[in-house]
Amino acid sequence: MSEDYRNMWADLGMDLAAHDALLEVLGKGYQDIYLAQKNRPKGMGYFDFVMSEVHGLRIKELINEKKAGRKVIGSFCVFVPEEIVRAADATLVGLCTGADFATEEVEKILPRNTCSLIKSAFGFKLGKVCPFIESSDMIVGENTCDGKKKSYEVLKDLVPNLYVMDLPQMKSEEGRALLKAEYQRFKEAVVNLTGVSIDAARLKKGIELVNNKRKAMHRLSDLRKADPAPISGLDALLANQVFFYDDIVRFTDSVNKICDELEDRIADNKGVFPKGTPRIVISGCPMAVPNWKFPWIVETSGAVIVGEESCIGERGTRNLTDNTKESTEELMDAIVDRHFKVDCAIFTPNPDRVNHILEMVEKYKADGVIHYGLQFCQPYATEAMSVEKQLEAKNIPTLRIDTDYSMEDVGQLKTRVEAFIELLR
Amino acid sequence: MYCAGIDIGSRSIELVVLRGSEIVSSLRADSGFAPIQQAKKLITQVRYDRIMATGYGRHLFECSFKAPTVTEIKAYAVGARFLFPNVTTILDIGGQDSKAIALNDSGRVSKFEMNDRCAAGTGKFLEIMAHSLGFTLEEFGQEAMKATEGVHINSMCTVFAESEVTSLVAKGEDRRKIAMGLHRSVVRRSVGMVKRVAGSGLMVFAGGVARNPCMRYLLQDTLNQIIHIPDDPQMVGALGAALLSAEAP
Repeated sequence: MSEDYRNMWADLGMDLAAHDALLEVLGKGYQDIYLAQKNRPKGMGYFDFVMSEVHGLRIKELINEKKAGRKVIGSFCVFVPEEIVRAADATLVGLCTGADFATEEVEKILPRNTCSLIKSAFGFKLGKVCPFIESSDMIVGENTCDGKKKSYEVLKDLVPNLYVMDLPQMKSEEGRALLKAEYQRFKEAVVNLTGVSIDAARLKKGIELVNNKRKAMHRLSDLRKADPAPISGLDALLANQVFFYDDIVRFTDSVNKICDELEDRIADNKGVFPKGTPRIVISGCPMAVPNWKFPWIVETSGAVIVGEESCIGERGTRNLTDNTKESTEELMDAIVDRHFKVDCAIFTPNPDRVNHILEMVEKYKADGVIHYGLQFCQPYATEAMSVEKQLEAKNIPTLRIDTDYSMEDVGQLKTRVEAFIELLR
Repeated sequence: MYCAGIDIGSRSIELVVLRGSEIVSSLRADSGFAPIQQAKKLITQVRYDRIMATGYGRHLFECSFKAPTVTEIKAYAVGARFLFPNVTTILDIGGQDSKAIALNDSGRVSKFEMNDRCAAGTGKFLEIMAHSLGFTLEEFGQEAMKATEGVHINSMCTVFAESEVTSLVAKGEDRRKIAMGLHRSVVRRSVGMVKRVAGSGLMVFAGGVARNPCMRYLLQDTLNQIIHIPDDPQMVGALGAALLSAEAP
């Protein structure tokens, strides 16, 4: 990255020395994990580029948006509707929460027994190392799990403009009504922030952009049905992670290009791993960038990940928003309906989720499922047990894993993952 | 053909050499602080044509000696099945790992569960507790069995349990009763793991902790089934690795 960026980062109030350290670790991690892979699709070069410029070019683009009077909104959850943000010509960026940082500082204000994802968000903020957080004109929190809900009370004092969205706990009529009211309130907040009046045409445009992005990801997922797998789980995860903050049109194009290349690979029977490599679906908590530890362990132990049942993955991109209506009210309803289907473990009950896992196992011809839980995540830890039971009742081998972002349990994880893969062979 | 299996564990290294299905060598060394050096010393003492590594240090061995590896889960399954052809459940408690392994009818691993990230309920726990009560690890089980009843220990965490033990000693509790209570804790945890993984059927108890007479007695008593223990419970992994090495093309 060029010198240009240091001024940009300084202007954002970042701690340059700490940020340099972060970039160095990130760079090395990317080298060891991503660039060490063999047989990668050439199109992944786009993502290599994105990662090399993750805090550089992309931030410059966001700052240019702001200079042109358009707003940047940061979020943590797939429930924040990008359609509405785009309808106001604003940019939605998913805030990275995938690495430990400034842990000592975080543990002064949050309990130690908080999941790594939440602590990471705070760490990046307290450490002043995230230009996305610093560029956001508004940051959206959501009342999802207990950890997040209570942590936003603390975040409120750390960022200039925190907006907290309430979410229902049940998929009931009342729950849907709440989500609808909250999306309406959010729309008003976005209008206030941007000064743009959101009408039906704008909503349709926003829906179209986001749908196209999702469609590209659907196309990518479909191609992972092939054996040999044309793309690694690590690379597919990266695409899923970058989904949240890249330029929407460029991202969509790049993923489609990769899909073109993968179609050729499949026609030539080429893949990243040999045909017959054990195929695994990972299900559970999302892996936010740059959390690559677990898929790296799996794919260096002799298996390939063919799907992610997670919000940074298929659960997050699954459905399109119905764009056939013409009135603002109907389009808002369509956005509500689409998001209401997300089967995160914060909902109770959550019966769709195991059905989706089963569908994915069948669709991607998976040999087994690994349930990935972040330590201290109560909702997913609880669902893990019933998911495991239900999968095993259908003779689908399942492994439950609980971990965090530290590297101290890599040896133990590797033993369990390798043993699971041996069981699958 | 001489096929060897080496199990590089956190406390000890076992080496087994097979010729056909006959065990021709079975050696052990402490892992110490330089397990690869220790492993080297062992393998120079035997003749082998091929070798497979398992255990915590298997990847280190793989790097130094270009040997294939297998996890302790599969190695224990294969080793136990060789010694007891009808086994369906294996409980292995080692230096810092414990595992319950369920086998299907054809002897393949169908399900396994391991201890959580910490060493609670493993050999490490017993070692530290023995020391805190002034027993050697070798005599710990025997001494515990001299107590007619145990004192209930609440903590599973090695660190918290040690505090609990200190309090009990300060209250004048008999240290053999405390020892019995500690053994019961480990058994409780292990039984939980076994029950989650497998039903009934023939069970084998292996790993270093299977040498402990109190553990053997309590497990048998709690599970109310016959539990088979290999003559040398610690070499099951190395045996399994040797068998797998022989099987390879």
